Amino acid sequence: MATTTSYRTCSISGLQFESRAEKLIAANAVAGVVFLLIGGLLALGVALTRWPSVHWLQADKFYQVLTAHGLNMLIFWMIFFEIALLYFCASTLLRCRIATPKIAWLAFALMLVGAAMNNVAVYQGASSVMMTSYVPMPATPSFYLGLVLFAVGALIGCFVFFGTLVVAKRDKTYEGSIPLVTFGAVTAAIIAVFTIASGAIILVPTWLWSIGVVKEVDPLIYRLVWWGLGHSSQQINVAAQISVWYLVAAVAFGAKPMSERVSRGAFLLYILFLQLASAHHLLADPGVSTNWKVLNTSYFMYFAVLASMIHGLTVPGAMEVAQRQKGFTRGLFEWLRRAPWGNPTFSGVFISIIGFGFLGGISGVMMGTEQLNMIIHNTIYVPGHFHATVVVGTTLTFMALTYYLLPVLFKREVINPGLAKLQPYLFGLAMYVFCLVMMGAGTLGVPRRHWDLGFGGMPGAYEWPGAAYLMMGLVGISGVVAIIGGALYIYLTVGTLLWGRKVAVAGASAQPTPIPPTAPTLAAQSYGSLGFAAPGTFVLAMVFLVSFVLYYFVNWKYLSTLWGMS
Amino acid sequence: MTAILPPAERLWWKHPLDRVEGTWIAIAFVWCMVMFFMMIYWHINGRQNLSTETYKASPEAYQARAEAWASQYTVRVDETTGNPVVAPPAGGDAYLIARLWSFWPTLELEKDKTYRLHLYSMDYNHGFSLQPSNINIQVVPGYEHVVTVTPNQSGTYSVVCNEFCGIGHHTMVGTLYVK
Ligand code: HEM
Ligand SMILES: [Cu+2]
Ligand SMILES: [Cu+2]
Repeated sequence: MATTTSYRTCSISGLQFESRAEKLIAANAVAGVVFLLIGGLLALGVALTRWPSVHWLQADKFYQVLTAHGLNMLIFWMIFFEIALLYFCASTLLRCRIATPKIAWLAFALMLVGAAMNNVAVYQGASSVMMTSYVPMPATPSFYLGLVLFAVGALIGCFVFFGTLVVAKRDKTYEGSIPLVTFGAVTAAIIAVFTIASGAIILVPTWLWSIGVVKEVDPLIYRLVWWGLGHSSQQINVAAQISVWYLVAAVAFGAKPMSERVSRGAFLLYILFLQLASAHHLLADPGVSTNWKVLNTSYFMYFAVLASMIHGLTVPGAMEVAQRQKGFTRGLFEWLRRAPWGNPTFSGVFISIIGFGFLGGISGVMMGTEQLNMIIHNTIYVPGHFHATVVVGTTLTFMALTYYLLPVLFKREVINPGLAKLQPYLFGLAMYVFCLVMMGAGTLGVPRRHWDLGFGGMPGAYEWPGAAYLMMGLVGISGVVAIIGGALYIYLTVGTLLWGRKVAVAGASAQPTPIPPTAPTLAAQSYGSLGFAAPGTFVLAMVFLVSFVLYYFVNWKYLSTLWGMS
Repeated sequence: MTAILPPAERLWWKHPLDRVEGTWIAIAFVWCMVMFFMMIYWHINGRQNLSTETYKASPEAYQARAEAWASQYTVRVDETTGNPVVAPPAGGDAYLIARLWSFWPTLELEKDKTYRLHLYSMDYNHGFSLQPSNINIQVVPGYEHVVTVTPNQSGTYSVVCNEFCGIGHHTMVGTLYVK
């Protein structure tokens, strides 16, 4: 395909952007941020309604707004941004042209149309079914159709990504294996294909059911297959976010992975052992066998947990090794104290790593344990857990990456560096509190997706303990602070795109410059202490493990006091 | 060399691993295995395991069975809610119907006695959330889920619906007594 394109090398980062890929990356990222803005406005409605003394929206509006919040955040914001990331990891990191840019634009258009159609369906009011849209609760046909179109677009985007890898290989723009970050992106894209297929398998019949072609969709089968989409898509987020962690470690510290084998092996574990993790959404369901539950939550899921625990060590470990090589070798933690805490790209990622592990990881494994699931299933503990994963984990990571991309990809200087410095702390730490108090309320039994702790005044209704009201009040307050942190991000990014000072751009050339082969490096083990290259990280990991073990067994202890069940 | 460049060693799977990584992988692996065996251990020695006994049933058939059973064991009418209070014999069946937007009937069980609790939804997904114990079970329409329960504390419990089931979801709450 002889087409006109050009390549520019960024003078700040040394990255090389192909002009057509650059536009696609920018468009997808901007679309993502637009949906984050919509989802954030909706979050305000959700948070201010679940705050008992505010109780802002009416019930019908609340359920509608919550449906839209979940979809705009979890599906539209994240997947648009991830498609941008995939194109970046292929075309930019491998310095090649993007495959079939026209088809990539078609994918973008499909996703945009699908997302808009789904949003319109929800705002029209007859589709307040939550993002899970469990049958037989009906939504309007355009609700499902919008999701299907979006999914088809995202699927095409994944294939453009794979095509771009092929282009790079054929044009020999690099030697040897693809970089680790691209490897992580491949992981995300492979899981995405599986995920989107599950989505299609269940949403297409559901759409046909909504227009009367199919008579019935089995509610249990729906839950099983839907969670093949709903859960696996979280693994796309994790793979994408961890790729960005490695990327940020590389650009903020010049860190290299401690061991390519370990990090890549851990990505492979995600692909191999994740596929049936939809099981842990069905632990409290009828009709699925105990063996199936235990096998899929433990044998399969624990290998994915293992993978996350590995990345949780190797990413900060790589940072530590790089810092020690720069001479920050005093004690266990000088490397961390002397890290660039004022750089939002680093601070965002670090807050994300810690929050994802301690809050999201530990709570996720606890609730994914077959018997323990019974003490939190469908309580507000669950949103507490996943705001720690998809918000503190993925969203904050993507925000951090944005600060890196603004000058590099969008060629603008951040408008207000002081605010940018503050933003990850405000958003991240408020989210920490938000997640903790939601989990707290969940352990008291407060349900998720519930408009009124007072049960609309039903006679004989349950009276929640005062602590539940207190916790939900704190959910409201910390939620609002987090939303302010999110608004800052939107202000900074949109403001920078509109008014940021332009960065000087180097001239473009018609041909890509291949990546020069890298010289073999010396072994990493020459720094650190106790024979460990990253002793500080290891200590952090042990603190993590001890918290994990204690929390895990505290929950078993609580379970043992409940009614006998068999 | 860094994570955004191709690895210098072509054969990345032969890249040495650092001792800190090896140690951590070993520890994490052991911990994952502990968690795996914990679930199995609890099935053997624990007292809280969710039964998976499930039957497909039509709403009409289930309702007929539940009503016949209730007429046999109804002991009084609950003043606050107007629901019948049904006290099945120990060791027997206890039926619960979840539907938009109520639980029917009100059960009265005895402490330390065992019952076969049948959970069933007539329409959409609902949730069986027993408070204040905080035991939560999904109720899927069309599937009759039989859970064997042994209450270990007497008192007045509430059953809260914790699966979104439409505009009246937050009013869906029932009572359960344990004598
Ligand atoms: C910016 C601050 C945010 C606040 C204050 C917030 C608040 C909330 C609250 C209170 C709930 C639970 C409501 C309930 O179950 O009754 C909720 C649900 C949810 N949130 Fe957020 N959220 C925020 C950001 C995000 C982000 C960034 C994402 C995803 C990337 C997200 C994804 C979700 C999802 C998927 C649900 C579940 C919806 C459902 O149950 O169907 N949220 N949010
Ligand atoms: Cu209900
Ligand atoms: Cu409900």
